[in-house]
Amino acid sequence: MLRFVCFFLIVVAGTSGELCISRAMKEAGEVHDFRPGALLQVAGRVMRIKWIWFGLALMTVAFFALLGILSVENVSFVVPVTALSYVAGGVGGTMFLGERLNRARWAGILLVCAGVALVILGKR
Amino acid sequence: MEAHIREKQLRLKTRLMILIMVLAGPLGGVLLAKGMKSLGPLSIASLPEAVTTLGKILSCPSIWLGIGSQLTFFIAYSLVLSWADYSYVQPASAMAYAVVALLGVVMLHETVSPMRWLGIAVICLGVLVVGRTSPNTTETR
Repeated sequence: MLRFVCFFLIVVAGTSGELCISRAMKEAGEVHDFRPGALLQVAGRVMRIKWIWFGLALMTVAFFALLGILSVENVSFVVPVTALSYVAGGVGGTMFLGERLNRARWAGILLVCAGVALVILGKR
Repeated sequence: MEAHIREKQLRLKTRLMILIMVLAGPLGGVLLAKGMKSLGPLSIASLPEAVTTLGKILSCPSIWLGIGSQLTFFIAYSLVLSWADYSYVQPASAMAYAVVALLGVVMLHETVSPMRWLGIAVICLGVLVVGRTSPNTTETR
């Protein structure tokens, strides 16, 4: 049960955290000026958006869940499971960010997911 | 015509940022690992030992280069998400797995198993398929 909770947190909290950061960046607006001063201004703007703080908190939870599961399971088993994050990212992108994923995008996501699992299994 | 040019510019800057991400991320990891291994066994059993350990870590150039690379990765990641879809950037950044394998083969003369090469090929194919979709699907055109 504890293992399931950890996997759930790694995939769902980790991806949700990144989705929140993506939403914060979208709210801050597209960056056109890449000079250091302008980037600092963007950073200041982002820090005032609540989603960035939700994102960082969720990613922290996912990080500790990863540390927790790594203390009881082998990394070669844990990391392929986390490849499910790519599917969770597609679902979250659609539902939370209003992204319109066509069949090609889904096919690509599933291929990446399978590829990442193979890479990690190949490390054994 | 203007929309076509804008789409081309969008693809170009998105790919450039993803390229920075997939190079800086793995490089940062390798530099941090190299730096930590070069320090030998470290102890944080007592406060003075922990302070000494922290001093050793902070005086290691590889670690600073690693932190710089990781920071570069995070900045590029945040910037690209200000205009591109998360569902585009996340799978595309999986190219980092291929970069890690190539760095291992070229720089560290590691051997890569056939299954890992197969996985890398499948990732590249997936990234190619994702890369053919529009980087931003939320903007009304």
